[in-house]
Amino acid sequence: MNEDLTTLAIILGIIHSGIRLATPYIYAAVGETFSQRSGVLNLGVDGIMLMGAFFGFYTVFETGSPVLGLLAAAAVGALMGLILCVVSITFQAEQGISGIGLYMFGLGMSSLLFKTLIGSVEGVQGFPILRFCMGGFCLADLPIVGELFFEYNIMTYGAYALVPLSWYLLNRTTWGLKVRAVGQNPEAADSVGVNVNRVRYAAVTIGGTLAGIAGASLSISLLNIFQENMTNGLGFIAVALVYFGSWRPVGVLLGALLFSTVNALQLWVQVLGLNIPSDVAVMMPYLLTIIALALPFRRALQPRALTKPFARGEN
Amino acid sequence: MQPGRLDRRFIEQLINLLMPFLAVLIAFLIGAVILLLQGVNPLEAYQAMIVGAFGSKNGLADTLVKAIPLMLVGLGIAIAFRGGVINIGAEGQLIVGALVTTFLGVQLGEQLPGFLGIALGLVGGGAMGAIWGSIPGFLKARLGVNEILSTIMMNQIAIQIGFYLLRGPMIDPAEVEAGTNIPHSARLPRTVDMPRFTDMAQSLGITNSAEEAGLSGYLGELYAVLVEPSRLHSGLIFAVLMAVLVYIFLWRTTIGYRIRAVGLNTAASRYAGMQVERTVVLSMTLSGMFAGLAGAVEILGLHHRMFEPTAVSAGYGFSGIVAALFGKLHPLGIIPASILFGGLLVGGDKMQRATQIPQVLILAILGLVVLLVITTDYFVRRRANRRVSVDAEAAESLPDDAHTPSPEASA
Repeated sequence: MNEDLTTLAIILGIIHSGIRLATPYIYAAVGETFSQRSGVLNLGVDGIMLMGAFFGFYTVFETGSPVLGLLAAAAVGALMGLILCVVSITFQAEQGISGIGLYMFGLGMSSLLFKTLIGSVEGVQGFPILRFCMGGFCLADLPIVGELFFEYNIMTYGAYALVPLSWYLLNRTTWGLKVRAVGQNPEAADSVGVNVNRVRYAAVTIGGTLAGIAGASLSISLLNIFQENMTNGLGFIAVALVYFGSWRPVGVLLGALLFSTVNALQLWVQVLGLNIPSDVAVMMPYLLTIIALALPFRRALQPRALTKPFARGEN
Repeated sequence: MQPGRLDRRFIEQLINLLMPFLAVLIAFLIGAVILLLQGVNPLEAYQAMIVGAFGSKNGLADTLVKAIPLMLVGLGIAIAFRGGVINIGAEGQLIVGALVTTFLGVQLGEQLPGFLGIALGLVGGGAMGAIWGSIPGFLKARLGVNEILSTIMMNQIAIQIGFYLLRGPMIDPAEVEAGTNIPHSARLPRTVDMPRFTDMAQSLGITNSAEEAGLSGYLGELYAVLVEPSRLHSGLIFAVLMAVLVYIFLWRTTIGYRIRAVGLNTAASRYAGMQVERTVVLSMTLSGMFAGLAGAVEILGLHHRMFEPTAVSAGYGFSGIVAALFGKLHPLGIIPASILFGGLLVGGDKMQRATQIPQVLILAILGLVVLLVITTDYFVRRRANRRVSVDAEAAESLPDDAHTPSPEASA
């Protein structure tokens, strides 16, 4: 009986962590979905996340306001997205490399600012966990359901709300149609009067904004600290998740949940002291990413103009 | 040939070569703004950087030491990019190469004569890097897996494998005995140390100091780098030799031509009967091999033991990309580019000491260099396109030369 209870608690704990830890993956990967659907591969997500994480954290550190922190992260994310737009869209640079440049810049810049402005690892009071209390009663206190659904902070709920919203934007609005058109066949879109590069600028900037928010979700919501290179490649996994989710917000969400659950499992393996070397456990998400990328079933859904810059009168 | 055409070609080549310098200049200007915002005089910081990296014997030796892995990694990157695949996995390929070299050196180094031990270490490291690079190559060729993403994931896997091995099977027995358990390997036997420049000078009988040799000023410093004790090791000669070999391979052999052809135009190469998939795997394998060699040389020439994987790879997988791009993906261009960026890495350290500005600034500047180099490529490409169309018109009036294949034209 007692053992069953512990097992249940552990399983609940893993699912809870999985749902929670999916937050940054969802923001970053859904953002990248916009970018890639418009035909632009943004490989700099990790660098943008780091900048978002730093500026979000620093703002909260100075002002104490998580809302301002979130706005700062979004703004710096948008700015980083715009830099990529100029390089990858206007100057038609090789998209496999431009993102790496942006990543290096974001990694270096966020570390530099952290070292000069803060210096040591500090904690802040980020977004609080909502427990949905009315009177003396909290939904979070409900057995099982409480832990599974009512013990997260606003940024986690925001991430899950983003998925249907993005689906709607991409599939049910004129703008979404334009995004898909310029990602699929920019020449055709151009010929019916769509400003291809303007649509791409918007999509990539939205992606950057969401990547900035993804970073903030680490530094002022999940962990409430900032460390150099705190994303540790999470942004690259987010890019891979878009492939995995076959460029659809819902697919991306499922991928994010799968990954965060594997991550949670890996953390629990360490907590429980199971006889698996921690290095091997840490390796799992990356190995899983490669395997996921190798699954052949949905590749046909890739936007056909992905990584191909558009210039009028060429091709 | 029309009159004035040679001049035009020459000027365009010159502009083409100067573009990366323009990119670096702009990156440093942006860096200066960042420094100003931090309340630091950029001139002072940059002076500390340049003097620190190139101004003295010690700085110069460190710069050249860092140029070695940059050069080898850069060569690998250039082969991949020339073949139309993007290898972001040099970091991991370097690590697995270093691990194998360490293993071979520790296990067999003592039983073999020195030069054989060194050769074995190099072959082992290069082979392991090649294997690690071939995996994303196969995945791309057979299953269409995006090589950028798979190589990035392979980096993380290599790092974790390294930590696992260094905490367990490969840990220095002395660490276990002392109970400190710091994850690093035992020192390789001294017989497999790649000779340092000073050792080589001595065995050649050159023991004069700079003054005795009648050299003063900067010439004296340059002389001292080569003769006086420093960390500079023969890996530099190896790397330069490799650059020449890669040049010959890419421009003077059929396989090299095939790699470049596939990189320039996959569809046309396929149409011409080339086996594109096989070439992709080959490019990635060779690319990984050079990163693995960089790892091997770092172990045999500099560290003599394996420690924290990320500290051994030290970001060379990324800074090597910068060196390769700056060197215009040309093996011989990568030699000076590596020395320049090696200097930047060393200078960043000196700058930190002089002005308290953390050296991660260098990483941010390197990122900007990447962004700006590929941005300036846009102008080079536009000029090239214009030239091609002008040349096409010219070719119509010159039927004799019209069919001479010239892969250089679009490079």
